[in-house]
Amino acid sequence: MNVSETMPYALLVLADEDDVAIAVRDLEPGPHRTSNGRTLEITEPVALGHKIALRSLAQGEHVVRFGMVIGSATVPVEPGSWVHTHNLASNYIVTFAHRGGEQ
Amino acid sequence: MTPGEILGYPRADGRIGIRDVIVVAYLVECARTVADAIAAGRDDVHVIGFGGCYPSGYAQQMLERLCTHPNVGAVALVSLGCEGFGREHLAEVVAASGRMVTTLVIQQLGGTRSTVTQGRAWVDDVRAHRAAQRTARLELTDLVVGTICGGSDGTSGITANPVVGRVFDRLVAAGGTAVFEETGELIGCEHHMARRAVTPDLGAEIAARVGKAAAYYTAMGHGSFSPGNAEGGLTTLEEKSLGAYSKSGSGPIHGVVTPGQLIPAPGLYLLDVVPEGPPRWGFPNINDNAEIAELIACGAHMVLFTTGRGSVVGSAISPVIKICANPETYRRMSEDMDVDAGRILEGRDGIDDVADEVLDLLLATASGRPTTSEELGHREFVLTYKSSEPAGPACLPMAR
Repeated sequence: MNVSETMPYALLVLADEDDVAIAVRDLEPGPHRTSNGRTLEITEPVALGHKIALRSLAQGEHVVRFGMVIGSATVPVEPGSWVHTHNLASNYIVTFAHRGGEQ
Repeated sequence: MTPGEILGYPRADGRIGIRDVIVVAYLVECARTVADAIAAGRDDVHVIGFGGCYPSGYAQQMLERLCTHPNVGAVALVSLGCEGFGREHLAEVVAASGRMVTTLVIQQLGGTRSTVTQGRAWVDDVRAHRAAQRTARLELTDLVVGTICGGSDGTSGITANPVVGRVFDRLVAAGGTAVFEETGELIGCEHHMARRAVTPDLGAEIAARVGKAAAYYTAMGHGSFSPGNAEGGLTTLEEKSLGAYSKSGSGPIHGVVTPGQLIPAPGLYLLDVVPEGPPRWGFPNINDNAEIAELIACGAHMVLFTTGRGSVVGSAISPVIKICANPETYRRMSEDMDVDAGRILEGRDGIDDVADEVLDLLLATASGRPTTSEELGHREFVLTYKSSEPAGPACLPMAR
């Protein structure tokens, strides 16, 4: 998939080998088109810019986006589910998000 | 507008400015209000400075580079009088660059009012007696363009950042200079980056410097990752890195520089902002403007700033062009944005179309057209305690 093409779809797949697609707008559960011509049934609401699993991911498995590893699954992940901090962790540094001095 | 039609300000060192800023630099926080009062109400007078009382080799180097930047025409230094900053040396460096310089020492001039009066009179005098003009023909080969991303979200890495990457590919192919940052935001991309290096030694340096950044942030207990990044859909530091990395385009990487190190030859450069050794001064850069100042100190005439969640900042000395990645953010904050790259997500344009627009805007900005942040009066500047060592020969294979 060439990202320079225009994007009349709901889920952007940045590279053929990717395990996740990116929501190009806020999406409700249900079938949605991907940029590489598939239809994927998504199982939970997802916000613009967030990731959806394109296939099942085993616990500990590397997760690929734009052809690069972005971390490992911390629990088994089903196709169509939201992929974020609850099921994906960095292979480099634990994701810290500070708010109001809490960690 | 084509590159050969643009005129800039000629400087004695051969570089060409795209702005003619009079800098007022305070050399300790105690002199800041006086510096602000000297600059007040004057759009072409920008305040920069260093707040610390104790000497800093890094801050000294940064202010020397910034005060002799091609966008700067004249410099007033404002000193309280007892701070540790090397003000005489800074004044000598500025004078040696052919620029008008004055040093105002508050304790010697009798206090706030007399220093402000004298400073404002000096600025008036500079304006009256030094009519800087755009007489130097500016080609793309003269331009140094930096890039930074701030307030990133999940759209940054799929719209605005790839746009900048495309702009950089074209700028460098045309003989210009592009600088991207920063090693701590590229953790996870180091092996891919190393393969793009023009020499194996440079590739090894890039990988080692990213490794250094990873160790530094681990020792700090943080990644360069904010709650806003996660709300926007980014999960891990390496995922954010991937988005940031796409600003560098796809061409060969010609070198690595550190803050305040001038770029020796055209090409694509990585700015390594992370100090050597264990953390001593906290975060390498406390916010986006600390990093923008470092890009400018390396010679950047302007900075392409990509944002997903919506930054409003500009900078002292060099114009900032803001490229908004997220279409919803653009609609909400369009007055602060120069380019709507989020339209790529809505299928209204492709990456190449937006890259064309950015290249046109880059030339218009070079010729003097103000960016949104310039029009809104954003002239942020941050300089903190830090250490920095110049990158060695392995990092600069293109240096003559």
